[in-house]
Amino acid sequence: MNASVPHIEVMRSQLGRARGLGAGHSGVGHWWAERVSAASLLPLSTWFVVQMFRLGGADHAEVVKWGGKPVNATMLAALIITTFYHAQVGLQVIVDDYVHGKAHLPTRLLIKIGTSLMGLLGVFAVIKLVVRSGSGK
Amino acid sequence: MQDIRKALYVGSRSDGTLIQRPMSPHLQVYRYRLSMVLSISNRITGVIATAGAALGVFWLGAAAKGPKSFATARKVTGNPLGQLVLVGWLASVVYHTVGGIRHLIWDAGYRYDKEELNKDGPVAVGVTAGVSTVLAAALLAVAGCRRSKRAKAGKVS
Repeated sequence: MNASVPHIEVMRSQLGRARGLGAGHSGVGHWWAERVSAASLLPLSTWFVVQMFRLGGADHAEVVKWGGKPVNATMLAALIITTFYHAQVGLQVIVDDYVHGKAHLPTRLLIKIGTSLMGLLGVFAVIKLVVRSGSGK
Repeated sequence: MQDIRKALYVGSRSDGTLIQRPMSPHLQVYRYRLSMVLSISNRITGVIATAGAALGVFWLGAAAKGPKSFATARKVTGNPLGQLVLVGWLASVVYHTVGGIRHLIWDAGYRYDKEELNKDGPVAVGVTAGVSTVLAAALLAVAGCRRSKRAKAGKVS
């Protein structure tokens, strides 16, 4: 190649460089997922803390009435889904860093299944609260 | 040897015997820095925050299940030991939030020089301590007031 032409001294194709995915062929998506869910959690968890001031020491009827309101149920479901999604992505990094060898894959699957189930449980609890408050119990 | 990387850590002593060289980072050789405590704390508090969120889901599930299960949940949240756990969860979430905001700032390309990092570390600790203390005290006070008011009104639970 002509020495006067500016070029990059890296053993990597220009297409690979433009795609920007690196040797693992992924990772950028995971990185973005972690940041975007983190940023989304800032307003959602602030909302939750404010709600806890309304609910601290509340009895069952008050909690059901609170959880049955459409806006509260929506925010609560959004908070639960985002929280456990962020937890899944974050815990995966921790497992990747500290769990090696044969234990790695099962631990990763366990994280995936555990956080998914907790998220589902939370969402179904919200649905049940909405139904409960609709039936007036 | 299961891991090919381990082969790279085999060295030899001056007398010729083979020895497994230590992996870096091996914490005992580093001088203590606040930033390294704050770094691992962000991960630890993330794990604690997840565990607390799981407890929160169980609380919500108890409310969805009915008054009986919710009374059990209230026994936990009203108990001093349970409240200690809740305060720990709160403090972890607060620190993880502060640490997360710092990470987002670093990702945007700011405050990542050595001097800036060393300056911001104590600020992060101070903000975490302050916000956690104020929020925990206020929440416990609000919950306590509501409970005693209900007790005075003579309602059960």
